Amino acid sequence: MSSHEPGLIRKYIFSTDHKVIGIQYALTSLAFLFIGLMLMLLMRWQLANPGQPVPIVGGALEGLLGEPAGEGKISADLYNSFGAMHGTIMIFLGVVPLVFGAFANYLVPLQVGAADMAFPKLNMLSYFLYLIGGVIMLVSFFVPGGAAQAGWTSYPPLATIIPTDGQTYWLVAMVFLITSSLLGSINIIVTVMQLRVPGLTWMRLPFFVWSEFVTAFLLLLAFPPMEAGAILQLMDRLAGTSFYMPHGLILSGQPATGLSGGGSPLLWQHLFWFLGHPEVYVLILPAMGIVTEVIANNTRKPIWGYRALVGSALAIGFLSMVVWAHHMYVTGMGTGISMFFQTTTTIISIPSVIIMTCLMLSLWGGAIRFTVPMLFAIAFLPMFGIGGLTGLPLAFTMADVALHDSYYIIGHFHYVVAPGTIFAVFAGIYYWFPKVTGRHMNRGLGYLHFWGSLVCMNLIFFPMLFQGLGGMGRRMSDGGYIYSAAHPSNEGVIGSLSDAVVQLNGVIAWSALALAAFQLPFIYNFFYSAFAGRPVENDNPWQATTLEWQTPTPPPHGNFTQEMFVYREPYAYSLHANEPAGRAPESSATAGEFVDFEAQNQPLGAAVTTEMPANQASIL
Amino acid sequence: MKIPYTTEIREDTGLYNAKAGMWLFLASEAMLFGALFSAYVFLRIGAWEGEWPHGLLNVPIGAFNTLVLITSSLTVAMSWTSLKMGDLQRYRRFQFVTLFCAAAFLGIKGWEYFDKFNHYEIWLKEPVSSQEYPQLAGHFADPDQPVASVIGHIEGIGPFQTLASLQEEGESAVELHPDAFHYRLSARQQAELRKAERPSDPAVSHGADAEHASVRIDLSRIARMSAFVPRHGTFFATYFTLTGLHALHVLGGALMFAFILWPGARMWRDDPERYTNSVEVAGLFWHFVDLVWIFLFPVIYLL
Repeated sequence: MSSHEPGLIRKYIFSTDHKVIGIQYALTSLAFLFIGLMLMLLMRWQLANPGQPVPIVGGALEGLLGEPAGEGKISADLYNSFGAMHGTIMIFLGVVPLVFGAFANYLVPLQVGAADMAFPKLNMLSYFLYLIGGVIMLVSFFVPGGAAQAGWTSYPPLATIIPTDGQTYWLVAMVFLITSSLLGSINIIVTVMQLRVPGLTWMRLPFFVWSEFVTAFLLLLAFPPMEAGAILQLMDRLAGTSFYMPHGLILSGQPATGLSGGGSPLLWQHLFWFLGHPEVYVLILPAMGIVTEVIANNTRKPIWGYRALVGSALAIGFLSMVVWAHHMYVTGMGTGISMFFQTTTTIISIPSVIIMTCLMLSLWGGAIRFTVPMLFAIAFLPMFGIGGLTGLPLAFTMADVALHDSYYIIGHFHYVVAPGTIFAVFAGIYYWFPKVTGRHMNRGLGYLHFWGSLVCMNLIFFPMLFQGLGGMGRRMSDGGYIYSAAHPSNEGVIGSLSDAVVQLNGVIAWSALALAAFQLPFIYNFFYSAFAGRPVENDNPWQATTLEWQTPTPPPHGNFTQEMFVYREPYAYSLHANEPAGRAPESSATAGEFVDFEAQNQPLGAAVTTEMPANQASIL
Repeated sequence: MKIPYTTEIREDTGLYNAKAGMWLFLASEAMLFGALFSAYVFLRIGAWEGEWPHGLLNVPIGAFNTLVLITSSLTVAMSWTSLKMGDLQRYRRFQFVTLFCAAAFLGIKGWEYFDKFNHYEIWLKEPVSSQEYPQLAGHFADPDQPVASVIGHIEGIGPFQTLASLQEEGESAVELHPDAFHYRLSARQQAELRKAERPSDPAVSHGADAEHASVRIDLSRIARMSAFVPRHGTFFATYFTLTGLHALHVLGGALMFAFILWPGARMWRDDPERYTNSVEVAGLFWHFVDLVWIFLFPVIYLL
């Protein structure tokens, strides 16, 4: 049986191989990222030119979505749909499946030296649940009333009373996605706990594995309350219950009839943000893990403060469960509760800063190779730094009352997720691409992609911080025009939005278009290189230490061709750089070769099995 | 390719893979039900004074169902022990009892649901007094105190009608057969009424007689009406959501046991240890579901 070669469908579609599933996750979630990007472009057009027909694609939009996109214009309802779905798709269908489904699936079993995940069939199931959830989410654009319109947070009563079936689809899709990530997280945790090869002690795990391990616990424990919340909201929509509908609800000036009342909109917010905040760390922890791997490899030195990194990741995992209500300062839940969450929120910045400090200090004194993945990883540090620091004022109730629901928030969390997490994702893709495909990505196109994205991301998100400080709200479908000083009805009104603030929408729209354009080299590079890129020189082209590089390329079914045993810490780079050749392990200095690392599975003092590429510069 | 620790125990964790996975799954389940219990606490604390109903559920039946589930947990444990001792027949017998208990639990639960669906509560725009409607006798614990809502059966309209849907169907009034006996009176009051032996009192004799003493209520007097279904109020919403989700878990667990017992039994010949483990892992789930009910019963039926 085991020698039997599975058919094409079993091999590439209904596969139980964690690597194939990882690639499936990667391709699907990249496609969703692209859809999210397109929604963002449409929204930016509308914000910069409210009420104008969308150029080029306006007709297609009308043909596709019908009346809400009449005359190729984006109606306010459609804008709300796009806003809600941009957030939902980017987070739940794009970034989380990418950093957790794709990267963890592909890399964690390899990095812990396992033949596969602990539960391969469950792994396949979790991918298909994710796919079904994603399809339901997309289908909701075409149901009567269109897709969900109440924001990615779906606050009731608005989400419940909004007359579209899209919200029901949204909830059902979320239940699928939650179940999917639940199964995925169990799989990852058990794989790390049970399938580590001999010698791979907890403190020898690559930091990437640690970050995914903590992430899996967050998904495991934080998602179910949101699932409970989604079930209750489904009951409200389908069975007419009032879990989130308070007494005395007034709808469009009329008292709501037929409802029992007695529910609480705050209940949803608690259940949602109990997931919602750990979710932020689900997005950022794996990104930090990826960046750590790339930085260690490209600075050619051990990561600074490995233990501090691990401790901080665990602390973040724990603390992220007790900060959720800092999203709810303006709900009037009371100063005592606000005080508690203000305190925990301030505390959680400490481990985050420790991680950033460790990564920054790791650059110090390194022989940095400015490869494409390294550029993305280095850019991650200040970009995530801006995202994190702009979040500090939001932790404090007094500042948050002013900034809440403004564009400042949008700028803040996009800095965390877009040039933060997504840059780390790009770093990871460029870094592990040679292992997955056996071919390098094109370096020139990579540089183009990097510099273009870096500049555009900042041109998009930095102005948002100013717009928010200028008083612009986050969910206005006309980009704040109706409140601007330029609007005829606001003549002489003190406190209307300044013209400059509204006009920044134009800058952002053009930058967004440019950002999308700069993704084209990446898309081309990705597919071209997968089939016709420069083949790798050997199995370990980056000269990396961790186990995934000590396999054939691409790794075969079952991953490892020999028994694995781990002898040392994950980042044994340049450990003997300052020692005379005689004292370094014998192998490091043989035949004039320059080998500055020891793989995790390389026996102590034994011969180096990995050879240096003939032309060292080609690594760049 | 072989994945290690599918049956044998890894030394440093003391677990085989499936058991580790099940414990993690149970952790997430604990968070799921924990969130729902928290929602219950949140809603109940926020409820208006006198809004949270009491005594609408059948406590003896609920207690009996608790017993049924605890028995099934016991037989699951016994069946696993039997397998450990290599006695397949004994394991089978115990698992038959488990499956019977599961079916009994779901059947009783279904009957409870059905009984609830049969009752309507009607909230009136103006409270009614005992003078106006002597047929509603059981509703008036204090005859001088008017009541804002009445409870009873309504023939032939099914459990999911609302005021709006009846109006849409062109109805002008509903025929209510009052049944306040079980719901409005405390156990002591019920006993006193029974002792008084007034079989002609329609509110007391909850049977054929009651149907004759129906009340016709004009729709225009009704503010809102609902059967004892989720939309009735936050109490029944919580009750049906929590017990419904729990019942789905019971069904899932029973299906798992049935699968292991019949189509999965081939594994006993090939790999008895792994087969025993699968019973243990499914059993863990079953005990958890049992435990959830042990919390559910007092919280929803008794408090």
